[in-house]
Order: sequence, then C-alpha cells, then structure tokens
Amino acid sequence: MIFGIDYNTLWFLVFGAVITGYAILDGFDLGAGALHLFLKKETSRRIALNAIGPVWDGNEVWLVIGGGALFAGFPVAYAAIFSAFYLPAMIFLIGLIWRAVAIEFRSKEPGKMWRLTWDIIYSFACIVVTLSLGLMLGNVAMGLPLDSQKEFNGDILSFLNPFSIMVAVTTLALFMTHGAIYLAMKTENRLYTKLTILAKNFTVFFLVAFGVTTLYTLLYIPHLTDRIRSNPVYFIFPVLMFLAIANIPRQLKNGNYRFAFISSSITIASLLITVALEVFPNLLYASNDPNNSITISNAASSPKTMKTLLIIALIGTPLVGIYTSFVFWTFKGKVKLDDMSY
Amino acid sequence: MDIEILSRIQFAFTVAFHYIYPPLSIGIGLILVIMEGMYLKTGKKVFEDMTRFWIKIFALIFGLGVATGIIMEFEFGTNWATYSKYVGDIFGSALAAEGIFAFALESGFLGILLFGWKRVSSKVHFISTLMVFLGSLFSAVWIVVANSWQQTPAGYHIVGEGLQARAEITDFWAMVFNPSSIDRLLHVWIGAFLAGAFLVMSVNAYYIIKKKHLEIAKPSFKIALVVATIFSLAQLFTGHHSAEGVSKNQPAKMAAMEGHFDHSAKADMYIMGWVDKKNETTSGIKIPGGLSFLLHGDFDTPVTGLKSFPAEERPTAINAIFQFYHIMVAIGIFLIILTLYANWQWKKGKLFDKKWLMLVFVWAVLLPQIANQVGWFTAEMGRQPWVVYGLLKTSDALSQAVKAEHVLISLILFTLVYAILFALFLYLMNKKIKHGPVVQTIHEEEISSQGSLRENPLMKNDLS
Repeated sequence: MIFGIDYNTLWFLVFGAVITGYAILDGFDLGAGALHLFLKKETSRRIALNAIGPVWDGNEVWLVIGGGALFAGFPVAYAAIFSAFYLPAMIFLIGLIWRAVAIEFRSKEPGKMWRLTWDIIYSFACIVVTLSLGLMLGNVAMGLPLDSQKEFNGDILSFLNPFSIMVAVTTLALFMTHGAIYLAMKTENRLYTKLTILAKNFTVFFLVAFGVTTLYTLLYIPHLTDRIRSNPVYFIFPVLMFLAIANIPRQLKNGNYRFAFISSSITIASLLITVALEVFPNLLYASNDPNNSITISNAASSPKTMKTLLIIALIGTPLVGIYTSFVFWTFKGKVKLDDMSY
Repeated sequence: MDIEILSRIQFAFTVAFHYIYPPLSIGIGLILVIMEGMYLKTGKKVFEDMTRFWIKIFALIFGLGVATGIIMEFEFGTNWATYSKYVGDIFGSALAAEGIFAFALESGFLGILLFGWKRVSSKVHFISTLMVFLGSLFSAVWIVVANSWQQTPAGYHIVGEGLQARAEITDFWAMVFNPSSIDRLLHVWIGAFLAGAFLVMSVNAYYIIKKKHLEIAKPSFKIALVVATIFSLAQLFTGHHSAEGVSKNQPAKMAAMEGHFDHSAKADMYIMGWVDKKNETTSGIKIPGGLSFLLHGDFDTPVTGLKSFPAEERPTAINAIFQFYHIMVAIGIFLIILTLYANWQWKKGKLFDKKWLMLVFVWAVLLPQIANQVGWFTAEMGRQPWVVYGLLKTSDALSQAVKAEHVLISLILFTLVYAILFALFLYLMNKKIKHGPVVQTIHEEEISSQGSLRENPLMKNDLS
C-alpha cells in the first residue's frame, strides 16, 4: 500500500499511463503513416517521413514497455489477451514489421516504382496496425468468453464484432487527426495548409465515428456505461474529450498547431481514461460468466514483484522522460532535409 | 503437425531470424564507438568518413532488429500462454526492465545517431553513439538473464498446483544473478562483438581486393581486426566457463553436447562425430577422456551421462545438439587461428598483400553468425524437454485457446514475410557496400554549412 492505494491498483495506473503514452506518441506516427498517400509530391512524402524519422522508433518503445508491464504485473491477463487475439495480434505484429522496414527501405532507391511501392506498404501497414489496435481495445472493453482457467474459449474469429469494428474505425480517425496535426506542426507553406485541411476533415470523420460508437455502446453494451452513470463526477472525462476535440479546428485556424497537438493528445488520453474507468477493476471481463473475469487482483503478480516493478518504473520513467525530451528538443521545429535524411 | 511442434518451429524461426541483427548492432555499435572516438580525438577526416559509412549500415541492421524483435515479446502471450502465466512473476520484470532501461535508451538516442550529425556538436553525437551502444548491451543483459533463469532457475518458489502453479520471486538479485547469467551474458556479448567486427572486416577486405576506398578500408580493417583478435581469444575462456556451468547445472545438456551416454565412465571429447541415439553410442574422432579432463582436470573422472536420466527427461534431438555444439566450437577455434595469423602478417607489414587472406575475410563474416545461431540452438534444444529446466515441460507451456491451424497460418505468414525481408536486406546491404563510403570534398562541406539543404540540387536525389 502506498498512499492508501494497493500495489495492484498502482500498477494498473502505471500500465494505463504507459498505454496512453504509447497511443499519444505512436498515435501520431501511425496517423501520419495512415494519411501518407494523401500527400502527393515526392518532397511532401519525404518531409512527412523525416518528421517522424528520428522519433518513431523511440515511440514504439512504449509498446514494448506496455507489453512488458502487462506481462510482469498481470501475467494472467497478458496470457489470456494475446492468446485470445492470436490472429489480430499476429496481423498487428506483421503490420509493425512492414511499417518499420518501409520507412527504412523507401529511401534506399531513387526509382519511382520502388518508392511508390514502399509508400503503399507503409501507409497500408499503419492503417492495419491502427485498426488491429482498435479491434483489440474494443474487444477488451466489451469482454470475452473465458473459461475457469481464465483462458479464452470462444470462436477465434469473434474479434470481428460490430462494436470492435466501430472502435477500430474511431481509433483510425483519431490517429489520422493526431498525425495530421503533428505533421502540420513540422511543415511550412503549402504542405502545412494542406495538412490543416486534412486535420479538419479527419476531425469530422472522428466525430462521426465516435458518435456512432457511443450510441451503439449506450444501446447494446450498457455495462460499459455503468460507472459513469452511477458516478456523474466522471462525466468530466468525456466532456474534457469533447472540449479538446472542439478546440482542434479553432487552434488550427489561428495557426496554433502546438495547442492543436496538445488538444488531440488530451482527446486520446481522456478517451482511454474513460475506457479504463469503465473496465476497472477488471482487466478482461468474462462475457459468459462474470465470475471468470480477469481482475487486477486475480491476475496480479506477487506483492514482491509488484514492488520491484514499481521501483523499476520509479527509476526508469524519469530517465526515459529526460532523454526523450532531449531527442524531441534536438529535432524541434520544421523539418529540414539533409544528407542523412530518409 | 501438432501444435507443440508448430509453436516451437515458429518461435525458433522468428527468434533465429531476429538474432541475425541484434548481435550485429551490438558489434557494429562497439566499432562505431571506437571509430567516432578516434575521430573526436584526432579530428582526422578518415575516421569521420568511416563512422558515417558504418552509421548507414547500422541504420539498416538496427531497423530490421527492431522490426523483428517486437514479435518476440508478444509471442510468449500468443503461443505460450501457460508458460507466460507460470513465469510472468519472474520473467516479466526482466522484460519490463529491458524495455525501460535498455530499449528506450538505444531507441531514444538512435534518432540523434542517425539524423543528428549536423544538429548537435560532435561530442553530443559521440555520447549518443555511446548511449545506443550501451543500450544494446543492456538489452542483452535482460534478455540473457530471463533466458538464463529458464536454464538455471534461482530466487523463486512455486505457488499453487497443477494448471494454477506458477513461480514467484523470492529474491530479485538471486534471480538476476542465477548460476548461468554471467557466463552466458559474456559469451553472448563477445559473440556479438565478433559478428560486428567480422562484418566490418569482410566489407573492407572486399574493398581491398577491389582496390577501392583504400584510404578508409585499410584503417577500418585494422580497427576491426584488433577487436576480433581480442574477443575471439576471450571467447575461448567464456566458452570454457559456460561449459563448466552447464555440466554442473544441466548435466543432461552437457551429456548431449558430447554424446556421452554412460554415467559411470570417463567422458571423451569429440573433434567430430555422429550420435546414434537408438543404440546409445557415439562414434568419431575423439580425445579419450577429453571431456573429463576439461571439466575436472583429470582424464579418468566419470561424467554424468544421458543414461542417468529417464528417457522422458533427456533432450530429444541429441545428434543435432552434438553437431551444433561442435560446429560452434570448431568455428571458435578457427577464428582464433585466423585472427592470430592476420596479426602476424600485419606485424610483417604484409596484411593486405595476400589476396587469398582477404578473400577468406570476405567470407568469414558468415562464421560468427553461424556460431551464434548454433550456439543458441545448442542451449535451447539442450534444455528440452523442459521450457523451465526441471520445473515446466515445453509440452505443458502452450496456449489453450490457440489451435494448430492458427499457428500454421501465422508460421506461413512469417516465413513469407521474413523471406522477402531477408532478400531485401541482402540486396540493400550489397548496394550500400558497392556504393561505399563517401569521401567528403571541401566543396560539399561548404554547401552544407550554408544552412538549409533543401535548395541544394546535389542533395535532392540523395540515395542514402
């Protein structure tokens, strides 16, 4: 217990923070990749790639840390989630492979066909990765059939359900908005103008997708709204999200792309906080029998490991924060292509 | 095929493919630190040019390492759910520590290493290179610690029974410094240094044969040769120490490595041979009592043989383990002879005159790679049938929710994807090597110091 919060809850918070960090950081990389083909000129595409070039790999580390955090703190949940989502997890991972190599390979040949092929693979990989992330998030939020051993016992293709598909599309829209804003922050002149227009269109796309998903949730998955309904104070998070998203077009219009970026980051964070609030203390809700649900207590590692993990996080996080800020600071401002660029 | 075999093939395939790249990153990382350090110290252009050339090769290798590495972290959960639950309490903290201390360090500073040459001072750039190298060393620490715990579990107790059983940590540092961690870590690090050094020598030997880029190729080759000589000798000691550890902690593995069946007899050491598993005999060229001598300093001391273990607790692929182990040892010995010979020629001032020697170095790049691979195969197959030695059988470690056909689908996908990746990797490496290091002219330096390069027509079609 620290400040009256037990280790398991603390680690849930750490895990949530890491996943939120990942969604905000790799969210803009994936979003930038998903909208890559909207940029038509070779120079525009190179600038877009170099805008994420020095940082995307560091951003992906948050996924590695998140995976490790889940594995270490809640091994039962880690085991159940990834074996249940065997196929989407594999597609997600293979998507990440292509994203990584496409960025690296594209610049290695000058040919038009070579570059176009990698542009398509890159963009498609980012879309697939984002959609499969959204699918897994949707399924985790909704719950899965679990047996008494806390392992998935449903149909392997059941991850393709309407709710999760809606969450996936919403995630894609949100990341594309976020990515467009990030790129706007890193570009100038006509490319900047183009990206602000794209960002506005993606914001509309996100609002529509989010509206439909919310409506569906209220109608068909009432257990996902219980906590907010019983504790109206938590309404602050969905409200915050709407305020943040409404702020985006205003800030873009005034050219305050930094504030627009902060707004889209807040949107992602408050959306994930809302989901976490509804899910907690479950990590994976058993849709067939709530008694089989995987919770932060029955999935947790021993208190000793939890304590070790918290110490690791306490030492590691400030270090990562310092050098991540240093890297972002080094590459601050608009993209300039040079002879080490992609 | 059943799910156990398929899952094992998939894990072995994905991890073996991944393991082509991280050792190269670690090894080239070391060479980059040396090259850039010499540039910082002497200010000579030649060191700058070689550093910048190897940074570009490093980028490609590192990229593939990252792309194929992330698979591994999630494959525990996807294919080995029972194992994940069993070891999560112990294994997870090592993985989490790897992510936050090591991987974040190397990936963070990688951006500056690759793209920061003109944005930060040369000192800050050197520190970034050093951090990337240290980060890659640290990630080897955590991964090897986790794997070593599977070989020689320590600092834990078992809680629960049957399917609910799991290992819980009792002593974090005993887990980290389990009996095989240090030996294996040093062995892995040095294997990585050799992989990197031999790649650098291979590329430069090729230039020397072709009489291209000689002003850069010759000093680069010498830097790598020094690294290779030191570490191929050092590998003999870590290897020997590891073998002693294996015979103490995992006697069944040691017995399989030398095809030693009898439990009460002195053990021979084979130069080469063949294991007949059915008749429980091994034949080949041997030093009688050699293994006994190596482990106990006496040719007649008995060594635990495979017959001391019930059939279901022996490694299954004994001949394969025997062969892999012997290939690794043979390569290790050959690398020592090769590097010592090259040093002798260097001393006589004839290092670059012998074309055949350079040709040997061009191809020798494959040897540390093969040794690293077969070494891991020996370690992992030698641990069978256990996934956690003495505690959890591999056959009990699978995911209950996953069916064989799903694993078959993903295995086919990985095979296709990795085949394409490997072909592209070779194509692009070959191209970069053919293109060679760029010797900067003063003219080019002037242009780049004028600020933005976007208007510079020379840079527009940069093929880097």
